[in-house]
Amino acid sequence: MELFIIFISAAIVNNFVLAYFLGICPFVGVSNKLSSATSMGMATTFVMVITAIVSWLLYNLVLIPYNLAFLQIPSFILVIASLVQFVEMVIKKVSQPLYRALGIFLPLITTNCAILGLALFGSMREYSFLENVIFGLGAGAGFTLALVIMAGIREELDLADVPKPFQGAPITLIVAGILALAFMGFAGMI
Amino acid sequence: MKKQVTLSKEFLKGVWDNNPVLKQLLGLCPTLAVTVSAINGLAMGLAATFVLVMASLLISTIRKIIPPQVRIASFIVIIATFVTIVDLVMKAKFPDLSKALGPFIPLIVVNCVILGRQEAFASKNNPGRAFLDAIGMGAGFTIALLVLGGIREIIGSRTFFGLQIMPDQFEPWLIMILPAGAFLTLGLLLGAVNVYADRKKRLEHESLVAHYKRVGREELIEELEVK
Repeated sequence: MELFIIFISAAIVNNFVLAYFLGICPFVGVSNKLSSATSMGMATTFVMVITAIVSWLLYNLVLIPYNLAFLQIPSFILVIASLVQFVEMVIKKVSQPLYRALGIFLPLITTNCAILGLALFGSMREYSFLENVIFGLGAGAGFTLALVIMAGIREELDLADVPKPFQGAPITLIVAGILALAFMGFAGMI
Repeated sequence: MKKQVTLSKEFLKGVWDNNPVLKQLLGLCPTLAVTVSAINGLAMGLAATFVLVMASLLISTIRKIIPPQVRIASFIVIIATFVTIVDLVMKAKFPDLSKALGPFIPLIVVNCVILGRQEAFASKNNPGRAFLDAIGMGAGFTIALLVLGGIREIIGSRTFFGLQIMPDQFEPWLIMILPAGAFLTLGLLLGAVNVYADRKKRLEHESLVAHYKRVGREELIEELEVK
């Protein structure tokens, strides 16, 4: 039950994009087509789960026992960057279809603040290992959900008559604001 | 004399023409997340400016030693070092502010404004120019955050830097300090900036056309239209 609440909380109530503002760059950048939004969401979820596993192990088995918590920021970012590179190589070797679906998005994800944010939140809230993995899964699902909804709206928005100065990023942000307003309705759920 | 002008331009381009938030749309995550109040926006802006300036100085100094193949990784390590300094200093000196900004101080590491300036500018220019560029970009970032935080604080909680400036009759708009308000305010602000920039461009264009007419070189006007 505890795990379920963590999942729902990360995915919907405290959605990474719409409540914590993590991963806004891909949210604005990749959300203009439904297909690329789905792929990006899946790739991010994949990296998030791996990050949750590795960052937990690194933080609790290396940094804490050796009193190195002040190295948290550089070590997280380095481990995430090299890990993503490694995962990309493995996927390329093992599964070509999967590589074609996720490949181009993987390098972009390294500098996505949602990934580092996930690792930092995990260590800040002192989750257990299983909780942290579920937290990563929930955050990825929430990110995908927000991205896919946004892409669906933006495909319709292309047909709308938006005033010229508001075309592009401004209208996207305003739509995201309304979407965030809708997601606030879930706030009382937990 | 000519050099002086270009140096001041190096600084000013970050403040308006290439403002990282309002024009380049970089670093949106911290922009939206921390601007609940003007003080938070200012603190975030200054922290990011410090990291940007120090990293630019260091990277432009050692730019010839860094092998190009591993430059991004080296940039990130250098940035992460300065971010750690800021994070620890803020935890020690301003615990309240540090708590309010939460994970967003460590997240300066992945702020694309900072990495972007290293890649696009500091790694190709001498420390003096890199310093001016970093200060300018940092100022632009701080101003954007301060404006956004100010607007949201005034309308959302009637105060500015903690001082009440709106009358009691004014009912605060709760939405402005909630996440949705951040998106709406930034969207409207970007729209306003575009309106202003478009009008300025049109006025410039018209004055250029008028000037060409005055000196009797109509053929240049056509060239302008083609552009």
